Order: sequence, then C-alpha cells, then structure tokens
Amino acid sequence: MRPSISGSAPATPAFSTSRFRAEREADWIAFDALLARLEKKGAKALSSEELLQLPLLYRATLSSLSIARATSLDKALLDHLEALSIRGYFLIYGVRQSRLDRMKRFLLHDWPAAVRSVWKETLLIVLILLLGTLTSWSLVTHNPEWYYNFIPEELAGGRDPRASAEFLQGTLGHGRAAGEQEGALHMFATYLFTHNSQVSIMSFALGFAFGIPTMMLEYYQGISLGAMIAVFTSKGLGFDFGGWLFIHGTTELFAAALSGAAGLRIGAAVVFPGARGRLQAAADAGRTAGKVMVGVIIMLLAAGLLEGFGRQLITDTLLRYGIGTLMLLFWLGYYYLPRPETGI
Amino acid sequence: MTTAAVNARAQALRKSKIRQFVTPEGVDLELRIASSGLRLGALLIDICLIQLILLSFTLLMIWVLGASQSSIAISIWMLGAFLLRTFWFIGFELGQRAATPGKRLVGIRVVARDGGRLTADAVVARNLIRELEIFLPLTFIGFSAAEEMVNWWTMLAGFVWSLTLSLFLLFNRDRMRMGDLIAGTWVVMAERVTLDRDIAAAAEAAAGALTFSDAELAVYGIFELQELERVIRAADARAMREVADTIRAKIGRPVAEEDDVFLLSYYRQLKARLERKLLFGKRREDKYASD
Repeated sequence: MRPSISGSAPATPAFSTSRFRAEREADWIAFDALLARLEKKGAKALSSEELLQLPLLYRATLSSLSIARATSLDKALLDHLEALSIRGYFLIYGVRQSRLDRMKRFLLHDWPAAVRSVWKETLLIVLILLLGTLTSWSLVTHNPEWYYNFIPEELAGGRDPRASAEFLQGTLGHGRAAGEQEGALHMFATYLFTHNSQVSIMSFALGFAFGIPTMMLEYYQGISLGAMIAVFTSKGLGFDFGGWLFIHGTTELFAAALSGAAGLRIGAAVVFPGARGRLQAAADAGRTAGKVMVGVIIMLLAAGLLEGFGRQLITDTLLRYGIGTLMLLFWLGYYYLPRPETGI
Repeated sequence: MTTAAVNARAQALRKSKIRQFVTPEGVDLELRIASSGLRLGALLIDICLIQLILLSFTLLMIWVLGASQSSIAISIWMLGAFLLRTFWFIGFELGQRAATPGKRLVGIRVVARDGGRLTADAVVARNLIRELEIFLPLTFIGFSAAEEMVNWWTMLAGFVWSLTLSLFLLFNRDRMRMGDLIAGTWVVMAERVTLDRDIAAAAEAAAGALTFSDAELAVYGIFELQELERVIRAADARAMREVADTIRAKIGRPVAEEDDVFLLSYYRQLKARLERKLLFGKRREDKYASD
C-alpha cells in the first residue's frame, strides 16, 4: 500500500476506502456464508477445510472492522462489519461440547456438585420444614380446632379431625378401594408433576427477595404436613400414613427443600455478597441455583411417577417404606458421596 | 433548546447504550443494549407463538382423545403444555443464536455479561425467574377477581409490588430483568445487516465533472454525511430533492444538474474529505463541531 498522502480533495486518493472494501469484500462474504451454515446446521455442516478457514476469516473480519472504524465513514459498511464480527465472535467463542457430552457432564458432575454446594441452605430449609411440621403437629394434637386454620376445607377432602378412622384408612389409597381408576393414574401423576414443578419454580424465583418468601413458603408446606400427620396419628394411623407419605415424599420433599435452598442461595448472595460485587455474587449464585433447579424438576418427575403410579399400585405399607427409604438413600448417595475429581 | 444541544443529547443517549466488549483479539465489539420496547416486542411475539402452538396442540389432543377414547391424551396434553411453557425460552436460548424466535425477529440475543460463554445454567436461571415476573402480577389480578372479601386495596398494593419486579428492567441502565441480574446475562442487539453496495465507488465512475471547493465541503460533518448516505440509499425522489435543495441553498449553488448526480458527487467528495481528515486524527462529529 502506498502512503496515503494526496494533494487536492477531488483527485482519487492513494488510499481509498472503496479500494479497501473491494480488496477485502470477498473475505466478508465467505465468512458470512460459513456463519449462516454453521448457525443452521452446526459444525457438522462444514468440511474440515472450512473449519480451518473459519478462524482465519474471523480474524480478517475483525481486522477489517478495526481499519474501517479508523478510516471509513460508510455507515452501511461499518454496520455490516460490526454485525458480522459480533455474530462471528459468539459462534467461534461460543462453541460448546455436543449435547450428549453436556448431558453426561451435567449428570455425572455438575448436578451433584451444585447440590453439594448449597448444603448449608438445604439444611436450613429442612430445619424450617421440620419446624413448620412440629408447630402445626403439636398445635393440632392439643387442640384439633387448629386444623381448620391450617388446611382449607376444599383441599382437605374430608381428611379432618371429625373424620372416622375407617374413612381416613380409605384415603390412604389401598388400590382401587380409594376409588381411583387405574386408567387415570398417569393423569394424576402428570398433574402432580406439573403442579409441584410450578410451586418449586416459584419457591426458587422468590428467593432473590432476600430469601424471605422462600422460607415462608417452606414453613407453610411444613405446617400443612404437620397438621395432616396429627390428624392421622390421633386415629392411630400414623404408621400407615407414614408409608403413604414416604414412598414419594422422600423424593418430593427433598426436591422442595432443594428448590428452597436454591432460592435461598440467591437471597443470601444478594444480602451477603462477600468480597465480590453484589451483581457478581447474584450472578454466581444464580448459575449454581439454575443447575440445582434442573435437578429439582427431574426429581419432581420421579416423585410424580412414584406418587401417581407407585403409591396407588403398591398398597403394602412396609413396601412403601422400603421404596421411600431406597429413593432417599439413592439421592443422598448421588449427591453427597465423595467422588474423585474428574477434571472436566 | 438549540439543534446542536438536541444533537449532542441524542448522541450521548446512543453512547450510553453501548457497552465495551473486548474480544481476546483486542477489538472492542461495542455491543448495544437492546431497548425495553424491543424486549417487550420479542416477548409478545413469543407468547403469541406459544399460544398458537398450544391451541393447535390442544385441538390435536382433543381429536386423539375422541378417536382413541384413552385418557392418556390428557396426560400428554398436560405434560406438553408444561414443557412448552417452561422450556420454550430455555430450549431456544440454548441454541447457537441464543435467541427465541421472537428475539430473532426483532434482532436481539442473550449474552453472558462477563463476555464468557453463555452457559446452560445461566439460561435456565434467567428463564425460571420469568415465571415469577410474568405470573406473579397475573396471580394478583386473578386473586382479586376470585376473592371479593379480600381488601381490594391490599390486592392493588400486591399487584403494584409485583409489577416493580416485572418492570425491574426499566429501572436500570443495562435493561436487565430480574432474571438477567441473577443469571449474569445481558440482552444485546444482534441484527443481521446485509452489505449494501458501495455508493462512493459507483459515484467515482459516474460523476466526473462536478467538483466542489473546499469551502463548499467544509459546512458538514460526519453526522450529516451519514444522513446523506441514508437518503441516497433509500433513493426516494422527494426526499432527495429536498435534501439536494437544502445543500444547494447552504453552499449557494444554482440548480444545474439532476438531484441524484448532485447528491452522489457531493457525498463522495464530502466523504473523501472527512475520511482524509480522519486519517490525520481529526474526527468532526457534526456540522456544529469545529472544522
């Protein structure tokens, strides 16, 4: 390139942005075409030669952008180069592993690690749940009238202190005796899953308000649980009720506690950001919590299946206890058993 | 307010939306934060699409239910509706373009604030919070409609409180939703810009005789040059006539040639002049700046 000094204005200058464009345009067009294919079909659509071309063209485009910014006033050209560079940057630096690899990594490493890292919050939420349960249990045991404050009529479905032991026994669902048709079980399971997921998402999402609504929600869950337990134990059905609850409850309540813990983690990060900035702390916590929440939804799917199918088909109380315990052990082992660092 | 001040303010506003984003190669990509209007537009498009898909899915399931008499269709419907509502945003934002169809249409995308990769957990976190932002205000409306004994004012207060969560993005510079804040993301402009022809090069060939003196070219700056470029590219005869007349009046030239020929040669020579100055480190933003 010759030096760009020229005398009079109208004469063609030695360095002209038109010439610059004419020289480089082919690269931009090639890069644009590669990006379009990459966006549509992924890396598989490109041959290995084209893949090698990609970073070269990307750097050429970035360098063109720098030159154009410094020398050109052609708005169309600047806008195009800027948009092209941004697209290219996110495609080239955003290249991730394949979906299968990501899934494997999530299941083997990310999910349990995220759950492990919120153990303090999980413990706190479990305590809150227990506290709620104990509160309402002791209140209802001493004065059954309390029950009506905790559980709305339409939700109780007749399961209240006035009900007879036989009726309560019936609601514990011994197969078809409970009036459930087998055909409707999957419907019931689906309903439970979607409903519980919705509630868990809320309990997580409310976390950023310093975690207070989350804790209230969990406490309230404990309250209704305790009231129910009190009604059944007062009629001598505690053991049966335990089995009814245990089969899916270990998974479902664990998931509920984890969603609360995820919310609490965000709330805690906003209140006590530590050495990081508040925004940074919230973002870090949010990512951990996001992983936990994907896990929670999977757990709730399992819980919905156990509740919808397992509980209705398996009526033996001891077997119910067995399955519930097994699930709990499985989750605890999956999350908290120490494992070697995989280094991924 | 003078035109100069208005101009300066418009420029400051444009600048305030630009965020530094330096690539490993050391080039600042100057990402622009997407405006709240665009965000709302994208959301509305997505909601419409979801509703449309849900509607056709529902009709299909009703047909299946009628044909097979099996209640499994209801289960599939419930599961499908849940998956659609929860994973529409997550699924699309995990894709290569990090944007839902609505976002693609208005030309915006999600980006990690720290410049790193947009990870799946960030996308999940920002979209689960969306449940809260959209549905909490709706729940309050629903409550007040359903339960009349509850104080109307309490409901209103709750609604307004939940709205401040939903409208959080209006109250910060970076237009972050609650979800963006928690996931550490931004939503930025990512339009596709096709490369338009080089009008200066075309002019080089076409207009030979028409030359302007340095004094005639010294009246405008970069802002005016780029506005002129826009008018020439749009090629609207009336706009071109108006602009050509304004320039002629300003530099005191008689109407002697076709508007487009006049504008093209003026554009080319003004561009050459300003670009030459740019090479010498002098950037004249607009006509109010000193030459």
